[in-house]
Amino acid sequence: MRAQLSPLRKQQTMIKLSQLCRTFMLGDQAVHALNNINLNISPGDYISVMGPSGSGKSTLLNVLGLLDVPDSGHYLLQGTDTTLLSETERARYRREHIGFVFQSYHLVPRLTARENIELPLVLAGIAPHDRQKKVAAILAQLGLTERAGHLPNQLSGGQRQRVAIGRAIVMQPRLLLADEPTGNLDTQSGLDVVAILEQLNQQGITLLVVTHDNALGQRARRRIRMVDGRIVADELAGIIASEADSHA
Amino acid sequence: MRTADFIKLILRSLTAAKMRSSLTALGIAVGICAVTLLTSLGEGVRHYVLSNFSQFGTRIIAINPGKTLTGGMGGMLQTDRPLTLYDAQALARLPHVTHVVPLVQGSGTIEAGGRARSTDIIGANHAIHSAWQFNIALGRGLPEDESGRSRSFAVLGHKLQQELFGGQNPLGQSIRVGGMRFRIVGVMAAKGQMLGFDLDDMVFIPVDKALMLFNRNGLMEIDVVFSDSASTDQLLASIRKQLIARHGAEDFSLISQDDMLQSLDNILQVLTAAVAALGAISLLVGAVGIVTIMSTAVRERTSEIGLLTALGCNQRQVLLLFLGEAVALSLAGGIAGIGVAIALVLGLAAVLPALPLQLSLFYLSLALLLSIAIGLAAGITPARQAAQMNPIDALRAE
Repeated sequence: MRAQLSPLRKQQTMIKLSQLCRTFMLGDQAVHALNNINLNISPGDYISVMGPSGSGKSTLLNVLGLLDVPDSGHYLLQGTDTTLLSETERARYRREHIGFVFQSYHLVPRLTARENIELPLVLAGIAPHDRQKKVAAILAQLGLTERAGHLPNQLSGGQRQRVAIGRAIVMQPRLLLADEPTGNLDTQSGLDVVAILEQLNQQGITLLVVTHDNALGQRARRRIRMVDGRIVADELAGIIASEADSHA
Repeated sequence: MRTADFIKLILRSLTAAKMRSSLTALGIAVGICAVTLLTSLGEGVRHYVLSNFSQFGTRIIAINPGKTLTGGMGGMLQTDRPLTLYDAQALARLPHVTHVVPLVQGSGTIEAGGRARSTDIIGANHAIHSAWQFNIALGRGLPEDESGRSRSFAVLGHKLQQELFGGQNPLGQSIRVGGMRFRIVGVMAAKGQMLGFDLDDMVFIPVDKALMLFNRNGLMEIDVVFSDSASTDQLLASIRKQLIARHGAEDFSLISQDDMLQSLDNILQVLTAAVAALGAISLLVGAVGIVTIMSTAVRERTSEIGLLTALGCNQRQVLLLFLGEAVALSLAGGIAGIGVAIALVLGLAAVLPALPLQLSLFYLSLALLLSIAIGLAAGITPARQAAQMNPIDALRAE
């Protein structure tokens, strides 16, 4: 079932992808990582993107995160056509609107947990006084206050990923992009991290998770499945659930 | 990004690898230290030489016989008329001229009592004492006789007096200078050395006697000292006019002390720069070290660069961060190098006061600027690499 066809809870769209294409050259062979993608995302959505390796889900995440630019098509982010932005403007959009969570955390090893979370604020040129309050609030929210002075290599995997989430949300972005956020974690830490991400989603952040993990993917309200650069399935959990109910 | 945060981020990266950063900075420090020391030496020599020359005052014009004409024929020089004592007397009548010293120089044996010493003999007139600031320590100076009929009086240099007479009073004693008898009327005050030329180991005799002694028909040089009421150019012009009128042609050369100091100064500055350039070779090695370290850093921190991009750094900011690290390394090395050089110069000055070392603020600030420039030059390529990295590839790198 196509999500666009369903009457959604929210009318306005946050993200609108139309006829998006991205092709890579592997040797002399063209690989269509994104093949004519059309997708609308509403504010507050919780979306999982699943699919086999090479299906284009990472490319989709990179394009959504403005790290990659499509070859053709349009990507409207809150009404702005991002395909027309310069490199500097895209950097500013990333800074202000998008948070990233990576599988391997990507913490700066020489900075403490607090400093890693503070980094986006530093790069954005926010005054130290304002930074402190924000970072302290996030440390408390993620239960990291006691670990704030530790370097990444003194933290467990789950703690590292929580620091990375803190860093992703410290600029209060509207969109949180997570690439295999539990991929390097044991089951319990993974569940903790997912709980935090879902809690953030409940507070209003739009969450898009790219994953191989079926269990994680199934938790999302909206599940997108990609194969060979195309969206082959786009389901809403609520509707499936209600269909399942009606079959029962 | 705020400047304070920018600097803090850079310093955090550098202090994270202390050993590596300090060794890289050391390379620059050695180079900057070498350049600073060598320029100090060059400056010291320059000041030493210039002060040696300017001890005679700067308002002196020297006239030498003969004129080198570019493109002229060698034979022309043979028609030169010698510079005579009458030329000297004529010059003394020019306006603004305060002293005229006719000069003949040679060497010979000076005998007094049982002792003999071979040394320089200067033929001059009484004006030499005021013109060259050769003060009399004992007795009086050369006689103010009219030229051609001077009495056989001699004035001894300080050292010569010591050598020939020891502690005894030489006034009134007679000596033989190159076979001619002279009576000692004075002793010069110690003057020291000029470029290794001992000004105290000389005997001064009247110039007409010297002409006879050396069997010359012309003077070697006439020094004209003028008052500050006229400019060097004015004096050069009036001397030239006077001598051309007397000789019928410009068969003499004029060199003002200004010119000489200027050309000496130019030569010595070029020398200083050349020595500094030699020191700069070690700076080049230091710069290569920075390029190496920064390239390594960019490769090692690839995923960090990807992260910075994801967090909203644009290419310019990434470039500045890495360029900043290179400049900070180089500047730290530069400051350390300058510090060590200053310490060495001051230390050497205390231990070896004779060594002409002079710290020049100009070269010190130049060295500092140089270290910044080296950081920029060495850091730009790695920083560009970092800035132009594809963020997706960078994030994938582990």
